[in-house]
Amino acid sequence: MNYDAIVIGAGMSGLAAGIRLAMFDKKVVIIEKHSIPGGLNSYYQRKNTDKGGIRQFDVGLHALTNFIKKGEKGKPFSKLLKQLRLSYDDFKLCPQTHSKIVFPNHELKFSNDFELLQTEVQEKFPAEIDNFSKLVEVVRAFNELDLTIGYSSSRETLKNYIKDDLLLEMILCPLLIYGSAWEDDMDFAQFVIMFKSLYFEGFSRPEGGVRTILSLLMKRLEDCGGEIRFKTAVSEILTDGEGKAIGVKVLNEEILAPIVLSSIGYPETVKLTSKLEVRPRVGAMTFLESIFVFDKKIPLNVNDSTIVFYNNAPTYSYRPAKDYFDKTSAVVCFPDNYESNRLEGEGTVRITFMANYEQWASLPKSDYMERKEQVSESAMELVKKLNPQFDGKLLFKDIFSPTTIERYTWHLNGTVYGSIDKTRDGRTPVKNLYIIGTDQGFLGIIGSMLSGISMANLHGLMSAE
Amino acid sequence: MADVRKIVLDIISDIAPDEDITELDDQKSLREQLDLDSMDFLDIVMELRKRHKVEVPQEDYPRLATLASCVTYLSPKFTVA
Repeated sequence: MNYDAIVIGAGMSGLAAGIRLAMFDKKVVIIEKHSIPGGLNSYYQRKNTDKGGIRQFDVGLHALTNFIKKGEKGKPFSKLLKQLRLSYDDFKLCPQTHSKIVFPNHELKFSNDFELLQTEVQEKFPAEIDNFSKLVEVVRAFNELDLTIGYSSSRETLKNYIKDDLLLEMILCPLLIYGSAWEDDMDFAQFVIMFKSLYFEGFSRPEGGVRTILSLLMKRLEDCGGEIRFKTAVSEILTDGEGKAIGVKVLNEEILAPIVLSSIGYPETVKLTSKLEVRPRVGAMTFLESIFVFDKKIPLNVNDSTIVFYNNAPTYSYRPAKDYFDKTSAVVCFPDNYESNRLEGEGTVRITFMANYEQWASLPKSDYMERKEQVSESAMELVKKLNPQFDGKLLFKDIFSPTTIERYTWHLNGTVYGSIDKTRDGRTPVKNLYIIGTDQGFLGIIGSMLSGISMANLHGLMSAE
Repeated sequence: MADVRKIVLDIISDIAPDEDITELDDQKSLREQLDLDSMDFLDIVMELRKRHKVEVPQEDYPRLATLASCVTYLSPKFTVA
């Protein structure tokens, strides 16, 4: 079969790239190994054994970053809507109440109104407010979309502005755990993307969760005439005599196209080529998530935050756990606290801990359940610590580990934020083969979609002229 | 003869449905008057190709800066077509 373009992976970036190419009459096929779309932001369901029926869960989605109000212009989310010609209302966004960063004896709240964070810094770190304002100006003026910027350390850059170590740690904490492939630090360009996405713009969640976004994208792809093949694994990226990508091999079939966009990760993509001398490094950051379903929601007077970034130490250690997991810090998501999501009924809490891939991968099968049980106990302790007066009864729990992530997403070592070697212009050592998604360097769901869009524009639409 | 001005405005209203295009100054830059970025200009080019088989090479994108320059630049392409 011959196409104008092949996209590997039907996650957020792959779907967005596929739509862009199909919109302008390119014959495009998306090839997905899994049976459903979403990649790292997919979904699943479990039987409700008590009442019959099923419970629906999202895999990755705690929060959709880059919140905008209807009609707001010039923001990543509004660019995405325009580029994919989707309507704001179809996303059915439920904004967060507020979120908070909780360190020993210190808390900082932030919301979709940046003023709240400024006020919090002023009240809690009065000596730092001018420094913080300077940092904010630097972030505002920074052009993070410039594809030519090299790596620079966020910690080093931040030290030029923020003198109070605790404040520096608290500002970094949510930005690291919501997107950094690097340990204990992140590229400053990515820091800026994250600062704008989380603090300037904020969080929301589509009603219906990630399924709402995925069904919008799938519908749009279909309307534009894009094809998608599920349960199909690419075994090789084919090249011609000059080493240019000319297509992919799936089972016994060769699918040919003059360009291939891969969303499966930089190291994962290179492994499918013959350029084995190039070795983008696999990131070390991977996570464990516990999902609890209670018989009722946590009352708002007990906890009204949407996301809690918890750290029980004066510094924030963002690196693989020494043991199976690290309970010093966690992200706790209360999805019921997205506005207008608060219907009567069961309550859900999601707790993410940093994990250690090697430990989980080498664990004998017989010990796996027991280890997960320990994670679940620590997660429940934390829920109780954060909501001391809550007496809800646990109806259901589920824990996914780094090996679960690897099994369903095929990301090496269960990484969530990809390689520490990004390729910002999408280029790879193989001509006509481009990287889209997290390893191109944009982050989060919105970032991934914008990555797919901009790489499809740059390499699929503009260069075709 | 094709109404190039209307063709361009039709495209803009499809790619940026929230923009008010009724009171545009033809001599002023479109970017200054509307919330259009380089991604949107790419879409204008792509729609010209898709709808009217008119090609605009990348080095000529600056010639789409104002409505007047669009008309000057694109009209000959429509006449040939």
